[in-house]
Amino acid sequence: MSPEQEIVRRQRERARIMAWLLGAFVVLLFFITIAKTGINW
Amino acid sequence: MPTSAMTNAATLPADWRDILALTKPRVMSLVVFSGLCGLLVAPAMPPLVLGFTAILCIALGAGACGALNQWYEADVDAKMRRTAKRPLPAGRMDRQTALHFGVGLGAFSVLLMGLATNWLAAGLLAVSILFYVFIYTIWLKPRTAQNIVIGGAAGAFPPLIGWVAATGQVAPLPLMLFAIIFLWTPPHFWALSLFVRSDYAAAGIPMLPVVAGVQNTRRQIFLYSLPMAAAAVAPWPLGLTGRVYGVSAAILSLVFVALAGRVLANRATEPAQMAPEKKLFAYSVFYLFALFTVLVVDRWLPQ
Repeated sequence: MSPEQEIVRRQRERARIMAWLLGAFVVLLFFITIAKTGINW
Repeated sequence: MPTSAMTNAATLPADWRDILALTKPRVMSLVVFSGLCGLLVAPAMPPLVLGFTAILCIALGAGACGALNQWYEADVDAKMRRTAKRPLPAGRMDRQTALHFGVGLGAFSVLLMGLATNWLAAGLLAVSILFYVFIYTIWLKPRTAQNIVIGGAAGAFPPLIGWVAATGQVAPLPLMLFAIIFLWTPPHFWALSLFVRSDYAAAGIPMLPVVAGVQNTRRQIFLYSLPMAAAAVAPWPLGLTGRVYGVSAAILSLVFVALAGRVLANRATEPAQMAPEKKLFAYSVFYLFALFTVLVVDRWLPQ
């Protein structure tokens, strides 16, 4: 694999993981909001 | 690839596995576990998602500590066999990336903790991260053999943070849990540092075996195991836990002290002959897991 191909591969891999993490964070924030507004603890 | 390590670090974006390795996942597991136990023994249970978020924040905070520790100690890590293959000393990542990742992760964990649970828990998390980075890593570790004694406080925070995330206030039991981990840290790390002391000596880190000698370290391990055992059992007579925890803690601690006694009796100076030290180190990890497990079991058993 050429260095350029390796750079693209790593960028793609990181972008995919970042997208998953951001998606999970949005879901987490949604449920945190539900919990905070629905239950007084 | 034929390119040198330095060229790799300069031109290639860091691999995600190396970024993950910065967080020291194995160390994180004990931190997460003790934080979870602090949360589970609290008298008030938060909604599941908020409890999960609290533990996630503790994990992210611990990951930030690991990243900032590796950022600061990259040169030292390169001199030790145990750490030379980490992403920074191996040249697979540049230091700036580790610094940005660590600071970002730490700030994110504190903010999320504050927003999801309460700001006292977030404050404690911030203090633990700052304590680990500035007091332990930067100030104490390269200067004094007592580094692990005072620095151990950083690792003792998670159960306290877990409890405070659930209840919003500090109480005697999480303070006892703090004391247990604080007193457990020196014998745990000194047992390790005895059989890897040549690494620490090569890196110029003044760990106790390097500065004070092997026998003195063995004596200190045994001496510290006594107040640690007392602190571990104390929640029972103080009425903070039940009999299940008290009896289990007493048995587990007796074994710990007995193993520390075998370390004290050992006269070997070569790592290959340090079986008692290796056994104590392995047992110390099991000890903390077992102690905190019975604490949770004791809390959730029907009275």
